[in-house]
Amino acid sequence: MESIVALLVSGILEAMQPTNFIMIVLGCTIGLLVGAMPGLGSVNGVAILLPITFLVPPTAAIIFLAAIYYGAMYGGAISSITLGIPGASTAVATVFDGRPLAQSGKADRALIAAAIASFIGGTISVILFTLFAPPLAAFALKFGPPEEFALMVLAFATFIGLGGDDIPKTIFSILIGLVLAAIGLDIISGQPRLIFGDISGFLHGINFLVLAIGIYGIGEMLWTLETTKGDVTVHKVRMSARSLMNNLRDIRQYIGTTTLGSVIGYFVGTLPAAGATPASLMAYGLAKTFSRDPDSFGKGNVSGVAAPEAGNNAASTGSMLPMITLGIPGSPTTAILLGGMIIWGLRPGPLLFSEHPDFVWGLIGSLYIANLVTVLINLAFIPVFVKVLTLPFTILAPTIYILCVVGGYAPTQTMHDVWLMFLFGIVGYLLRKLNYPVAPAVLAIVLGPLAERSLRQSLLASQGEMSIFVERPISAVCMFLALALVSYPVIRKFLNKRRSNGG
Amino acid sequence: MSTIFNKSGKLMLSAVLAVATAFGVAGTAQAEWSPKKPVELIIMAGTGGGADQIARLLQGLIEKKNLSPRPFIPINKPGGSGAEALRYLQDKSGDDHTVLVTLNSFYTTPIIQDIGVDVTTFTPIGRMALDNFLLWVNTDMSDITDLDSYVATVKAKGKEWKVGGTGSGQEDSILTAMMEAYFGYEVTYIPFPGGGTVAKNLVGNHIDSTVNNPAEQNEFYRAGNTKPLVQFTAERLPAYPDIPTAKELGHPIEYYMQRSINGPPGMSKEAQMWYIDLFETLFNSEEWQTFCVEDGLACESFLKGDELGAYHQTEIAKHKDLIEKVGAAAITGE
Repeated sequence: MESIVALLVSGILEAMQPTNFIMIVLGCTIGLLVGAMPGLGSVNGVAILLPITFLVPPTAAIIFLAAIYYGAMYGGAISSITLGIPGASTAVATVFDGRPLAQSGKADRALIAAAIASFIGGTISVILFTLFAPPLAAFALKFGPPEEFALMVLAFATFIGLGGDDIPKTIFSILIGLVLAAIGLDIISGQPRLIFGDISGFLHGINFLVLAIGIYGIGEMLWTLETTKGDVTVHKVRMSARSLMNNLRDIRQYIGTTTLGSVIGYFVGTLPAAGATPASLMAYGLAKTFSRDPDSFGKGNVSGVAAPEAGNNAASTGSMLPMITLGIPGSPTTAILLGGMIIWGLRPGPLLFSEHPDFVWGLIGSLYIANLVTVLINLAFIPVFVKVLTLPFTILAPTIYILCVVGGYAPTQTMHDVWLMFLFGIVGYLLRKLNYPVAPAVLAIVLGPLAERSLRQSLLASQGEMSIFVERPISAVCMFLALALVSYPVIRKFLNKRRSNGG
Repeated sequence: MSTIFNKSGKLMLSAVLAVATAFGVAGTAQAEWSPKKPVELIIMAGTGGGADQIARLLQGLIEKKNLSPRPFIPINKPGGSGAEALRYLQDKSGDDHTVLVTLNSFYTTPIIQDIGVDVTTFTPIGRMALDNFLLWVNTDMSDITDLDSYVATVKAKGKEWKVGGTGSGQEDSILTAMMEAYFGYEVTYIPFPGGGTVAKNLVGNHIDSTVNNPAEQNEFYRAGNTKPLVQFTAERLPAYPDIPTAKELGHPIEYYMQRSINGPPGMSKEAQMWYIDLFETLFNSEEWQTFCVEDGLACESFLKGDELGAYHQTEIAKHKDLIEKVGAAAITGE
């Protein structure tokens, strides 16, 4: 324990050295802006910035890349809330409640909640990282295909189990997402599936961001056009020191769900198969399930912004663990980090902790500092971000539209995906008119491929025996929790009825 | 000092530098081509595997040595044992800003699956290395100490024995099928999205054995998590002096994997020449040669352009024979 404290202190001191500290501030600021721009993927951003890292020592370089990665996690929420377009796939769940809050003139409240929750998520996870990295790395190894599948079932359960929504419609929406997720090359045999004849654009499957930007960006704009009939809508947002204090007082309202989201996010992040997007969706689902007022979710509940933001920040720290100890990057951005490490002769693996402690602890120390720096920069910029919403609709709408097209084009650089995005926009608008929840479809397309892969791997390993999912303790526990989550709203309704009958 | 100045200059004033480079180039060689926009470095496998590590190292070296006026951006397209990447390159016909880092699935995937890609039409650039294969098990398997005890155990377990790999039709599945045919046993092959994930599942005991490249297992071997039993090379690798080759033990199983760089069909001659120069410089760099030694890759000679094209032809013929012999079904596990 003492040795950890000593290592951590030296790591934090290392991160506070002038070069390293400047790299952190620079990285966080760039990351924040990169994350906030739907068109500018953090992968391209980081790849283009890689040369900067050759001007400074290796530790400073990795810290810089990590700070960009970290800042981007905060930044993703900004466009989700102000524009309704997820800046990154990790910030999709933030749109669910962030956008309605912004539309009702409470963008500042949502942005502050996102920043504070990100800070809490980041802090909790980096503390968990400091204290339990080696045992958690060992625990993550226990996750084979059956455990991964059980975890995915649990993630789905957090969404089906939501009280209030129309259950058949939720299931229908999940099924649409699963069908879309099946498009592309079969993961076991490599044969193409559902490519509509031979349209090669479908071979790589449906890009998740294309779906999300279509539904939330384009679909939302169509909806706004219909409801306002093109009227100029100016959102009034006033920022003052007093409103800041009021908004900070909100913390009490979401501290519980934020903590839960952080722990779950961190844990899901440490599993190489999952990553920050499922983590944020699960955090959102749980926040809603355990809320005293689940009906207000999706209509502008601050907890609905705080939970996924805590989840994705915690997961982004968590995913450093498999990268450092196993060499498996959890996201394209961490993969670039990995590339940086290889160039400096730092081979990720189980021995990195003991052979290069100064590097590992310098990185961990920098996460503490980066977290603090990013939340301060973010809070300072919020008045600027909020100003975006005061733009007249006639300027804002075309801007959003352009950002959607750029964001749809950027990941694969094909027009195929842009057309697809428009299609999803129209479908998303129609689903909304018909009162179907779209969030479960979004969840399904993220988790579908992960669930399919682990299911098929498990069944190959067990020669087709389904019992493999209940024979292994970790997967059995996940399956049981999933069952409990699905039945929780039913039981709660029953109990409430009895209570009211009794009273 | 001057190179440092150049680099920071490039970052802040990339537009100015582009003009400057254009002038500089015009001054030295008239028809010299160089990238006008970021180059996509397509990896036909998942993150953390051997191909991925190589691509990311190359990307870093290009930046570090300032060898390209535009950055190289690694993109993983692991779908369908590389089918996704091959189709992507085919669709990019005539493009001068996309190159592919290959594995042997470059040969095998089009033979096994009907994906409408003829890789002999691709533009060969350079072969960076030959990668090697070893047979690995978890160190917890104390009963298995050599190839004989391995074969005996696998025969006893039959289909219960789980071999992890990077995809049906990938080189490790071919080598697994070769071993099945030679030793007369059958195992269950489970595909994962990349060599790194395979290694993780071996360390976590979710699979029983794998044929990984040295780069994918080295760190776990050093940490005592996994152990190699046999190498499928002609000679013992310098990095593994105590591990016998299959050939020494009287089993003529030898298999290598080329790590080469190829452009899409119809890449312009000028661009091809530029990439050949670039990758030859990288091949001869100290960093690359050190990487080869540390990671058990063979990097004796750089095959370029048409030499590589001819090499591809013979390898395709070899793999067709091999696949015919063991049967495509044995590889895809159907």
